[in-house]
Amino acid sequence: MAEFINFYLIPGLVLGSIYALGAIGITMTFGILRFANFAHGETMTLGVYIAWSLVQLTGVKSLLAILLVLMPVSMMLTIMVVLLIDKAFYKPLRASPVIILVIASFGLMLMIRSVTQFSWGVQLKTILPGIQPRLQLFEFFSFPLKHVFIVGGALLLMYAVHYVLTYTKIGKAMRATSDSPELARLTGINTEKVVMATWVMGAGLACAAGVFLAVDTQVDTMMGFKILLPMFAAAILGGVGKPYGAMAGGLVIGVAEELSSYPWLGDGPLLEPGYKQGIAFAIMIAILVWRPTGLFKGKSF
Amino acid sequence: MDPVLYGYMLYGVSLLTVGGMYAILALGLNVQWGFTGLFNAGIAGFFGIGAYTAAILTTNPHTSHIGGFQLPYIVAAIAAMLIAGIIAFLVGKVCLRLRSDYLAIATIGLAEIFRLIVNNETWATNGPRGISQIPRPFENLPEPINQFAFLGVVLVTLAGVYWLMEIARKSPWGRVMTAIRDNETSAKAAGKNVETFRMEGFVIGCMIMALAGALMAHYLKFVNPQTTDPLLATFIVFVMLVIGGSANNKGAILGAFLVWTLWSASEIVAPRLLEAIGMADAGIRSAYVRIFLIGLLLQIFLQKNPQGLLPETRPSSPGKNSS
Repeated sequence: MAEFINFYLIPGLVLGSIYALGAIGITMTFGILRFANFAHGETMTLGVYIAWSLVQLTGVKSLLAILLVLMPVSMMLTIMVVLLIDKAFYKPLRASPVIILVIASFGLMLMIRSVTQFSWGVQLKTILPGIQPRLQLFEFFSFPLKHVFIVGGALLLMYAVHYVLTYTKIGKAMRATSDSPELARLTGINTEKVVMATWVMGAGLACAAGVFLAVDTQVDTMMGFKILLPMFAAAILGGVGKPYGAMAGGLVIGVAEELSSYPWLGDGPLLEPGYKQGIAFAIMIAILVWRPTGLFKGKSF
Repeated sequence: MDPVLYGYMLYGVSLLTVGGMYAILALGLNVQWGFTGLFNAGIAGFFGIGAYTAAILTTNPHTSHIGGFQLPYIVAAIAAMLIAGIIAFLVGKVCLRLRSDYLAIATIGLAEIFRLIVNNETWATNGPRGISQIPRPFENLPEPINQFAFLGVVLVTLAGVYWLMEIARKSPWGRVMTAIRDNETSAKAAGKNVETFRMEGFVIGCMIMALAGALMAHYLKFVNPQTTDPLLATFIVFVMLVIGGSANNKGAILGAFLVWTLWSASEIVAPRLLEAIGMADAGIRSAYVRIFLIGLLLQIFLQKNPQGLLPETRPSSPGKNSS
């Protein structure tokens, strides 16, 4: 039991919170700008490298300082880059068919990645060097302290998203645009402002998700691409255009991935760990077959 | 023959051979993206299915992976196309009734899953080390005649695929395809079964991609998971088609040869340029500069010239065709 919680459930929740944060941006871009953003994973990677550089520049070694000070700064810088990318590459295509935007984002995925690899190289790096303290609870529960910060930080950010979407004018406009862009325009909502807010939210959360992932594992130029598919799966599972759905979907997929290698039957892992990444794909295909609108009744185009 | 000249000649032959295989890939994508409007982001997957199928079916017995079937090239190529076609059918069944983005996500997922399988199922594929000693048609002929002979195989295949695709484009089938792409509702209203047509376009395109993969396996004589790298097997094909002209088969071929020539020429030029301006690690970093520039080229075409170099030409009306 303790083994199950320590090595499967908690890592699953950690991974799930990271997917959830990333998937919010995907689902909002899908809902509001109407296209599947393939460059979202690379936005995340870029954010991580910005944060890594800040850590090197300032020499900060405490996890709390990194998360409370350097991460918000990195989020801001990532947002600025993404707004510039929108201006240069997506804005000129707003009137084009949606699928052209998907191709553009596919191209940007490789362009952003090449900038990252060019500037920082492809060697693995760490944001938080050294051995991290573990937390011991009731003798048998033991997990790294950083996991508490990751899940806690992710929950805080999700609450912030909830607050913005529920209580602010721009948040309500975002939800309205996602539900029905024509109707939103008719009621006088400034679409360009909503688009900007979507990029701000998506890029900021992507950066945060990336930093959490880097704190949990390593800094790698392919880290964003590796979790692109789980994030898409989370967005589709939760229902496209539904931020709460993306949160739930992310958690479900993260936990499912980790639990898939638990020895449910017999001694060996149920699924070879090498196939862990396949879980997200399997869940996505299943949901597309049986319920394309997702759990939260999102859009099905 | 002068050795320098001989070297240039061999380089030219390899440029045309690989360019020809990319042209086949671009024609496959053209059926999907150009004529049917389907975004396949997992070209690498179908290309890889073709490459691995051909590799496993034609190699000699080997201790580190299944094989030893030693089937003729044509049989292996047909098998590669059939397997890719079946998988495409299954993916299409799930995704084609939904909006095009879902197909893009599912196909890029499929390509990644294929890489997972190829990496993990070592008994069949020898994992990351890959399958080597794949036979190549005419390899026993003397150098450089064997190179020319294989180039001939590629160009004949390309010509065959082009010919079939031109017939398809001008046929009523091709006209329904573009009608669905341009206005799905009116095509439906005209009584066309949109989903079936889309499925046909998707499956045919994937089969052509697998054929290109089979050729590539024989050409390289080696496949490993890197063969299905999304950059060189998916992205660059899109760049080729968008630049050459989507929905134009000649444009697809032009784009493939053009972009492939640019891509390989830049492999020689870019590191030297970066070295000349005194950049550290010029060799490695030049690869990223090239990727960035090819991406930028794509963006420029998407914004300024989405039709590509050779825009689509519509076939003449049915009345003229039947005469």
